[in-house]
Amino acid sequence: MRLAEHVYSTVSAIRSQLLLVEKVAEVRMGEIVRVRRPDGREIEGEVLLVSGETVLVQLFGESRGLDISATAVIFTDSVKQAPLAETVLHRMFDGSFRPIDGLPLFVPEAWAPITGHPINPSSRARPQEFIETGFATIDGLNTLVKGQKLPIFSCAGLPAREMVAAILKNARVIEAKGESGGGFALVFVALGLTYHEYAFYLDAIRAMRSDYAAFVNLADDPVVERLMAPRFGLTVAEYLAFEKGRDVLVVITDMTNYCDALREVATAREELPGRRGYPGYMYSELASLYERAGRIKGRPGSITMLPVVTMPEDDITHPIPDLTGYITEGQIVLSRELHQRGIFPPVDVLPSLSRLMQQGIGPGRTRADHRAIANLLYRHYARGRDLRNLEVIVGRDGMSEADRGHLDFAKAFEEEFVQQTGGRRTVGQTLDAGLALLRRFGFDSP
Amino acid sequence: MEGKITGIAGPTVTLAMPGLKMYDRVLAGAARLFGEVIRLGPEGAVAQVYESTRGMGVGEPAISLGKPLTVRLGPGLLGAIYDGLQRPLPEVAAATGPFILPGSQWPALAEERVWAFVPLKQPGDKVAVGEPYGAIEEDGTRHFLFADQAGTVAAMASGSITLAQPLAELVGGGTLTAAQEWPIRIPRPWRRKFAPTTPLITGQRVIDFLFPLARGGTAMLPGGFGTGKTVLEQAIAKFAEVDIVVYVGCGERGNEMADMLEEFATLTDPWTGRTLMRRTIMVANTSNMPVAAREASIYTAVTMAEYYRDMGCHVLLLADSISRWAEALREISSALEEMPGEEGYPTYLASRLASFFARAGMVETMSGKIGSLSMILSVSPPGGDLTEPTTQACLRAAGAFLMLDTGLAHRRHFPAINWFQSYSLYDQEMTAYFGKEVDPAWAGLKRQTHTLLQREEKLREVAEIVGAEGLQDADHLVMHTAARLRQEFLRQNTFDSDAFSTPKLTLEKAARLLDQHTAAEARLARGDFLTDILREMA
Repeated sequence: MRLAEHVYSTVSAIRSQLLLVEKVAEVRMGEIVRVRRPDGREIEGEVLLVSGETVLVQLFGESRGLDISATAVIFTDSVKQAPLAETVLHRMFDGSFRPIDGLPLFVPEAWAPITGHPINPSSRARPQEFIETGFATIDGLNTLVKGQKLPIFSCAGLPAREMVAAILKNARVIEAKGESGGGFALVFVALGLTYHEYAFYLDAIRAMRSDYAAFVNLADDPVVERLMAPRFGLTVAEYLAFEKGRDVLVVITDMTNYCDALREVATAREELPGRRGYPGYMYSELASLYERAGRIKGRPGSITMLPVVTMPEDDITHPIPDLTGYITEGQIVLSRELHQRGIFPPVDVLPSLSRLMQQGIGPGRTRADHRAIANLLYRHYARGRDLRNLEVIVGRDGMSEADRGHLDFAKAFEEEFVQQTGGRRTVGQTLDAGLALLRRFGFDSP
Repeated sequence: MEGKITGIAGPTVTLAMPGLKMYDRVLAGAARLFGEVIRLGPEGAVAQVYESTRGMGVGEPAISLGKPLTVRLGPGLLGAIYDGLQRPLPEVAAATGPFILPGSQWPALAEERVWAFVPLKQPGDKVAVGEPYGAIEEDGTRHFLFADQAGTVAAMASGSITLAQPLAELVGGGTLTAAQEWPIRIPRPWRRKFAPTTPLITGQRVIDFLFPLARGGTAMLPGGFGTGKTVLEQAIAKFAEVDIVVYVGCGERGNEMADMLEEFATLTDPWTGRTLMRRTIMVANTSNMPVAAREASIYTAVTMAEYYRDMGCHVLLLADSISRWAEALREISSALEEMPGEEGYPTYLASRLASFFARAGMVETMSGKIGSLSMILSVSPPGGDLTEPTTQACLRAAGAFLMLDTGLAHRRHFPAINWFQSYSLYDQEMTAYFGKEVDPAWAGLKRQTHTLLQREEKLREVAEIVGAEGLQDADHLVMHTAARLRQEFLRQNTFDSDAFSTPKLTLEKAARLLDQHTAAEARLARGDFLTDILREMA
C-alpha cells in the first residue's frame, strides 16, 4: 500500500488512447491515473497491463495534444469508485459520473468499486414477483418478474424506445412504497444515443414522475466512457436496491453501442479479435453487467434490467444479440414485418421468451389459468404461422378448413392480442382477451 | 516459498519466485488470491489467478503452497454447493455476506461434523492404497473411506468420528483420516474399463426411447439460446436413475442456479424417495464469477464425481455449459499470448476436451467395485452454428449427440431434441437391453416411430407442392399419427407430472399410439372412411 500519489513523466509511447509508461514502481491493476497535459488540463485513465516496470494505460478521453516529454502521469493508488448517496436521485451525469444538470456533485455517503462483486449464487433469492408492464405479449406470454434481466431485441427503425417509454409509464413495476419499503427507482443509462433519441427518453423519464438517476453518454461523447457508464449505473442501482431497499429498474439503451465501443477499444489494444471482430471475452464482459440484476435473500430491494439491443442487419445470430440471449433470462423480439403492418408493439412472440415466467404466474400471482392460456395461444399461433408458408405456395383455396381456421387465428392474434392501440391492459384483461380469442376459434380446449 | 508479483495481464500474473513447479498452487497478492502456475520461463513464473486481479499491485508478495490445485474428498460432499474452486458458497455467504469478495477462503468440508463410522479393518489387518478401510452412512449413500497409504492397522476407531481426527493408525506411524486431497487435473485411477452395457434412464421419453444413453457414456447437448438446454439438464438431474448427480453451472445464469437450489431442496428423487439435494453436489460458477475458476470448475466437479464412482456408485455429471469453459480457456490462452487456432481458441482445445470426456466410463475400481461415471454436457454454439470449434471438438468425443432445435423451441415443443439430426452410439446395445428387460417389442416400435416421423417430413414437403388436399387417406393417417407422436409422446412438460417417465410407461405410451395407427391402417385398407376412423380414435 502506497500512501501518496506518484507522479511519473516517463511516457515512452502514445498510440490512439493507450499510453506506455516506463520505470513505474508498485502499480496496481485497474488503478486510476490522471494524465496531465502540457497545458495543465487533466484526463483520467486506467492501468490495463503491468509487465515489470512498464505499464500500459488506457485513457478515458482523447489523446489529442499529449506529448511524450511533457506529459505527467499521476498514479492514484485506487481503482475506479463510484460516489453513492440517495441524493443521486433526480440527477443526471455523464459517462464519468460528472453532473451534467448544472448542479454540483452530491455529498457521497459511501464509495464502491464500479466493477462490483458477484452475488453469491446461494444468496440469490429466486425471482418470482410479477411485474405488470401493460403489454399483453409480455404479461401474458413472456412474463417479467422482479430481479429478471429481459432485453428487447430490436432492429434499426423499430419502435423499441416507444415500447420502453410505455413500460416506464405503465409498468406497475411494484406497488410503490409497498412491503419492500424503499419504493421504486429508475436508473437510466444512455449509451451512444443521438440527441434526438435521448430527448425522447428524457421526456418519458420526466413524465413518469418517479425517482430516477440518469447516466448519459451520447453518440459524440468519449467511447471509453461508454464502457463505464453502465457500471456507474449498476453500482448506483446496487446501492439503491441492496442498501436502501428499493426496487430498481435499470434501462440500458443501446447495448449494441456498448459492444461496438468494446470492439473499438479492444482493437486499439491490439487484442485478438473473435467473431466479427468483437473480443473473445465479450461474453464474460456482458455477463459482468447483466448478472448484476437479481434479488438477495433476506434483503428488500431488487434490480430488474431492461436492456435494449439493436440487432445489426436484423440478425439474431449476430454476436451481440446472441451472447446477450445466452446470458439474459429470455428476450422480447421485435419484428419488422409486424411493424410494417402497423402493429404496436411489434413483438414476435415465437422467438420471444421469458425464462422466469413459470415462477411469476399462476394462482396468487396472476391467475390459475395463465399457463394454460399462454400454451394454447402459442400452439395455435405457431401452427398458423407455419401454414402461412404453405398458403403462399398452394393458395388459401387449396387448404383444408381447419388450416384456414389457423390462418385466421394467427391474423386475429396479431391484430387483436398483440396490437394494443387502446393503451395498457391489466393482466386480467390480457388473459381474458386471449381466452376470448381462443373461444372464438374453438381452440379453448387443450 | 515466497516471492513477489512482477507483472499482471488480465487473469494471469507473473511471479518472481525461483523454485516453483508447474501447476503448483500459489496465493498471490495482499488479498491472497488463489492461483495455479501454468508457465515457467526466464521472465519468471506465470500463474493463472482464480479471482479478479483488479486492484492487485506489482511488488505485492506471493507464496507457494508447494502442491497442485486439489479438492478435498470425504463425507459431507453430498448436498454441498461449491464454487469452481470447491469453496462452499452458503458458508462463504454466512461469513462474508451476499457478495463474493476476493480472497475468501473456507474449508470445503465441515471438519467438526460428527459421523457414524463403521470400520472394515481390524488391528492387525493389512490395508493397501485405494482399499476401503471403513464406511460412513452419508445421507443414504454408503460412503467408503479409502486408504491413501498402505500398511498394517495398529489401531482403528469406531462409532462417532469427525474429519479432523485420525481413524486408523498404521504400524510404523502413519494415520488414515476420513478426508483426503486429490489434484483435480489428474484422473482417479481404476483397474479396468468396460464398454457401456446398461442404459442411463433419464426419464425423458425422446432420449430413453429414440436416443438412449448409457451408464458410463457421454452425451453432448448443443443448442442456441432459448432451446431449453438448462431446463433439460436440470430435468435430467432431477429424474435420472443414478446414485449421485454432480451438477456444474459453468458460466451460466445466477438466477437459474438460485431457482435450481430452491427446487432441489424440496423435490424428492423419484427412484429412492429422498430429497434430491441429498444425492446432489452442485458446483456453481456463474458467468460473472472469475473466468479462471470457471476453467477449473469442471475438473473440480469431475474429481468429486470420480470419488463417488470409486465407491461403486453410478454417478452422473451434468455440465452447463462446456462452451463457457472453452471460452475461459480461450481467455487465459490469449492472456498468455499463445498462438491461436480456429476462432481464437487455443489449438489444444480438442485434446483437453477429449481427455475430459475420457474421465467418463464404467469401471472396475481399485477396490474391485463396479461404478460408473456418465456425462451430459451442454454446448452453446454461437449463433446456433454447429460448425464452430467447441461443438466440433465435442462431436469427436461424445457418445451421443442430442441436438436442440430452435424451430421446435419456438413452437414450444420441449424437450426440443431434433429427431432427424440427433444420434446415440449406444443405440444398438441399449435397445437390445430394453428389448430384454422391458418389452421385446421395443426395437420394432422404435423403428416404426422413426419411420413415421420420416414419412411425415416427406409428406409435408409433398403437401407444400400439391396442397394437403392432394394427399391420400393413408398419408393423412400418417400425418395424424406423427402429429400425435410429436405432441403426446416426444413432447414432455417439465412443469407437471408428465416430467418423468419410466421405460415401462414410455413403451406403453408408444405402443398405444402405434397400435391405434396399425388398427386404423387396417380399417382403411378394408374401406372405412378416414374421417370416421379419426373421429373414433379421438
